[in-house]
Amino acid sequence: MITNQVQIWTVIAGLGIGTLFIRYSFLGLLGNRELPEWFLRHLRYVGVAILPGLIAPLILWPEATGGSPDASRILATIAAITIGVWKRSVVGTVVAGFGVLYAVQYFTG
Amino acid sequence: MSDMKSHTKNVFWRGFREGLPFILIVVPFGALFGVVGAEAGLNILQVMSFSVLVIAGASQFSALALLTDNAPTVIVILTSLAVNLRMAMYSAALVPHFGKVKTGLKLVISYFLVDQAYALTAKEFDEQPNQPVENKVAYFFGVVLAIAPLWYVATYLGAALGASIPDAFSLDFAVPICFIALVAPMLKTMPQVLAALTSIIAALSLTWVPYSLGLIIAGIIAMMVGAYAELKLERRK
Repeated sequence: MITNQVQIWTVIAGLGIGTLFIRYSFLGLLGNRELPEWFLRHLRYVGVAILPGLIAPLILWPEATGGSPDASRILATIAAITIGVWKRSVVGTVVAGFGVLYAVQYFTG
Repeated sequence: MSDMKSHTKNVFWRGFREGLPFILIVVPFGALFGVVGAEAGLNILQVMSFSVLVIAGASQFSALALLTDNAPTVIVILTSLAVNLRMAMYSAALVPHFGKVKTGLKLVISYFLVDQAYALTAKEFDEQPNQPVENKVAYFFGVVLAIAPLWYVATYLGAALGASIPDAFSLDFAVPICFIALVAPMLKTMPQVLAALTSIIAALSLTWVPYSLGLIIAGIIAMMVGAYAELKLERRK
């Protein structure tokens, strides 16, 4: 549970202003300036570099089980990744992940 | 003149129609954000403020995950902003098309510069680069009208429902699942796969680093691995 109200509002404001600033950066402030090639090359990997690392601990050590690894979550992850890479469908990935999660939880009680 | 106006109108509705398929992505993500936010203890006003003021799903989920993890405020903001850095590329790519519009309009365009709006407008301007700027603006807002209002509504419905969903549904798992759904389609090349694997291994081995800084360090290492692998592959050609 997140309980620190000041922190929540600070994050909302900081993330809101920062995101608008990023979106406005070149359009409104920097104009037609060229970005250095090495910078663009790194920028292309921001998504795949941060998001997997963010969720890996959430999958292996979920808070809901007190931090101990849980077979249903690991199997569901494998199913979701398989469908996600294969079908490239958002809905398919979510359905596969939750489908396997619930199925395993149902059969293992 | 009225001919031009009716043409601009047509372009607007074409943008709207071409934006409609993205409802399939925007609505589930928005609803899940609402549900997960409510489950994490945010009230409806806070959940809605995220979706209205930030309007960038992946970074909102990152912020939620880090807040739940008790990360320091600065780290929550910086890590979530890093997730949005790709939008600087969108901003740069649109300069040739929107660089000359009024500042106020530029701000509004920037606010709505979400992944799906960028993807469609980039394709449209690629295919028809010489249309008048009014039409380009109209196309962009057509797409925005198809997805942005539903993003807000879906978030609201998710948040309103969220708190009443029992723990048995394991909705904590919605965050990992959403990110897998976002990342899996990006894994098209070897450098992208390597970056993702590096990110996982580095983040898991750096959980001991204080202030949740491990994730940012892991992200930087993974970006470097991806960029380096791309360079190597290019040179080999």
